[in-house]
Amino acid sequence: MNIVTGFFYLFSTVLIASAVMVISARNPVHSVLFLILAFVNAAGLFLLLGAEFLAMILVIVYVGAVAVLFLFVVMMLDVDFAELKQGFLQYLPVGALIGIAVLVELVFVLGTWFQAPGELITRASAVKPGVSNTQALGQVLYTQYVYFFEISGLILLTAMIGAIVLTLRHKVGVKRQDIAQQVARTKETAMEVKKVPSRVGV
Amino acid sequence: MQSVIADYLPLVIFMALSLVIGGALLVAPFALAFKAPDSEKLSAYECGFKAFDDARMKFDIRFYLVSLLFIIFDLEVAFLFPWAIAFKDVGLFGFWAMIIFLGVLTIGFVYEWNKGALEWD
Amino acid sequence: MNAPIFALAPVLPEIIVSLGALGLILLGALRGETAAWLVAELAVAILGVAIIVVLRHPDTTGADFSGSFIDDAFGRYMKVLSLIGALVALLLSLDFTAREKFASFEYPILILLSTIGMMLMASANDLIALYMGLELSSLALYVIAAIKRDDVKSSEAGLKYFVLGALSSGMLLYGASLIYGFSGTVSFNGIAHAIHGQVSIGVIFGLVFMMAGMAFKISAVPFHMWTPDVYEGAPTPVTAFFASAPKMAAVAMMVRILSTAFPGIVTQWQQIVGFLAILSMLLGAFAAIGQTNIKRLMAYSSIGHMGFALVGLAAGTQIGVQGVLIYMTIYLLMTLGTFAAIISMRRNGQMVETIADLAGLSKTNGKMAFFLAMMMFSLAGIPPLAGFFGKFYVIGAAMEAHLYTLSTIAVLASVVSAFYYLRIVKIMYLDDSVGAFDKPYWVVDWALVLSGIFVLAFWVYPSPIIIGAMAAAKSLF
Repeated sequence: MNIVTGFFYLFSTVLIASAVMVISARNPVHSVLFLILAFVNAAGLFLLLGAEFLAMILVIVYVGAVAVLFLFVVMMLDVDFAELKQGFLQYLPVGALIGIAVLVELVFVLGTWFQAPGELITRASAVKPGVSNTQALGQVLYTQYVYFFEISGLILLTAMIGAIVLTLRHKVGVKRQDIAQQVARTKETAMEVKKVPSRVGV
Repeated sequence: MQSVIADYLPLVIFMALSLVIGGALLVAPFALAFKAPDSEKLSAYECGFKAFDDARMKFDIRFYLVSLLFIIFDLEVAFLFPWAIAFKDVGLFGFWAMIIFLGVLTIGFVYEWNKGALEWD
Repeated sequence: MNAPIFALAPVLPEIIVSLGALGLILLGALRGETAAWLVAELAVAILGVAIIVVLRHPDTTGADFSGSFIDDAFGRYMKVLSLIGALVALLLSLDFTAREKFASFEYPILILLSTIGMMLMASANDLIALYMGLELSSLALYVIAAIKRDDVKSSEAGLKYFVLGALSSGMLLYGASLIYGFSGTVSFNGIAHAIHGQVSIGVIFGLVFMMAGMAFKISAVPFHMWTPDVYEGAPTPVTAFFASAPKMAAVAMMVRILSTAFPGIVTQWQQIVGFLAILSMLLGAFAAIGQTNIKRLMAYSSIGHMGFALVGLAAGTQIGVQGVLIYMTIYLLMTLGTFAAIISMRRNGQMVETIADLAGLSKTNGKMAFFLAMMMFSLAGIPPLAGFFGKFYVIGAAMEAHLYTLSTIAVLASVVSAFYYLRIVKIMYLDDSVGAFDKPYWVVDWALVLSGIFVLAFWVYPSPIIIGAMAAAKSLF
């Protein structure tokens, strides 16, 4: 067992353990924290596979942003934990059944993988030596796969519009600073010279 | 694959060291510290009377909007990294592909600015 | 296939709609809510232009973006259907959004963005393109379902649709990754080549998971649970949109992936499709009987109709696909017509949605009652209306493929479902009136009349649709 295998088992053990904790933790905030641990370990696994860019994106985007979003959502929803747990036992049999079915399927699939490795025509495209993982991605993402790249731009745009449509609410009667308007003020619009008669006042 | 570990040796050492220190600090109190457990020590203190409510309060939905908009631009920037590294390989086509992508999201940015999604109130 | 990295001609309709959507976002952002009506009208115009561009496209097959995108007769046929669905749904909502006070310029833009996703789904030629199109369209649909955000039911509809939709996307992705892992490629042609003759169990499991994800999108039983709640909760023109355009795109992607990527294992997927079809038809027939809300009834009706469309797909032949296309076309127009009638159900400025509210409609609004009755007869599949021909083609294809059990169940389900469609006609014509509806917006009125005329006169001149569907089906085989 070399050192890479050791790290693989370390990462995957912690990953699975924290994934279990995500669904079993009593406090949803703890669930999110375990989710972060799971993301970090998944990033470690990507690193071992040589997918460095994905590993770093996982840390930056998922740990740095998505997990924070989850925290906000958990805080925002103010979930009643006792109420949530009530349904747990009721749905456990059905959930377990589906879980076992998926597990059996996975075992079947794995079985074929071990039985007939020759049947697989997995053709992982070889990366040229001297080309880093990120560069190899960049070489195809903006040319060969430009279609997916542009659609992801549209998807991000849709997400942006959707988030604003559903959550943006402006308070009425808030006075906002309009810098353009401030700057556009001239002496004429801002000042008025009045002749004040003596002993009368304005 | 050995090279992956070699490349990230500082990170590996850092992880090991932080595990050791963190673990030591976590375990040491069990062995060394003075213990006098009392359930009242863990209860919420609210000026002498019993706690009215849960300590956790509802977050405003505006936090959610801000972080979601952050994620979108975070992802947009993430797409820039491979582009910058492979800039010489992707040519003019790749350049314009990125400009279109940025243009689409800039339209989104104009939209969100004009909607006032970047303002707090 | 030697496809260029980028060619303009095959993706022209998509580019038109995308640029249009982007322009409308800018317009809306700069002009604010005052532009809502203008944006909606421009969106209708953009969809109209896209339909014309697709229809005028020369009858060729072209690939684009290194083969991820394919522009063939089948894709164009389904694109036209999706575009018509989106266009009519948008027209139906013009007046409605203003009256129900959720008019915002984002609504037509989200419909446009979702329509782009649907067009990409109809043209997707590999697993990644399929998923990206699906996500683009679904993401916009989740928001549209909850667009009336101060309404509890609409928010609930959006949330339910989102959670279950995300789950189904997860299943679809899981299946796609299994298929990729066992065939070594994401392109449909490549998959067909890789699994030709020999098929590993991994591919079959992958296919099952993908089918589950796709069955969710077309709301086939047992993945239909979201449909009644979402249809009932979403504002009515949104429901009209949900029942029309996304269904076209989802059926398009299902037909394309099954017949171009998995022609080698027809016997395997035939079982799954047949199973989905039988359950959908039976549930659609029996569960709709007890409904009192007409939108819920239409939800079960659409579940049943998807089951009938799958009967044609289960045949696994070119004639079967042709039947599916004809069925979807007729279903689209019947659905839009029926929803135009439902949108007209407004009494004293309030929307009413129960079937009982239709009582005695023949006395207060004879024209609407007549056309709605024609829609119901057609949905039930009574000859010589259009709905009959749809069923005729799919069941005929299934018979030809020796799927006798499936065909028998289809006929029986059709008979059972006729009960609740005819009950509505009976309520409209024989029960006592409960008061007249408000005068509907003229566009809504016209939509009902035009689709009614289509349903009535389809048998006189069916050849454009039948020939178009035949050419479309041929391009897949």
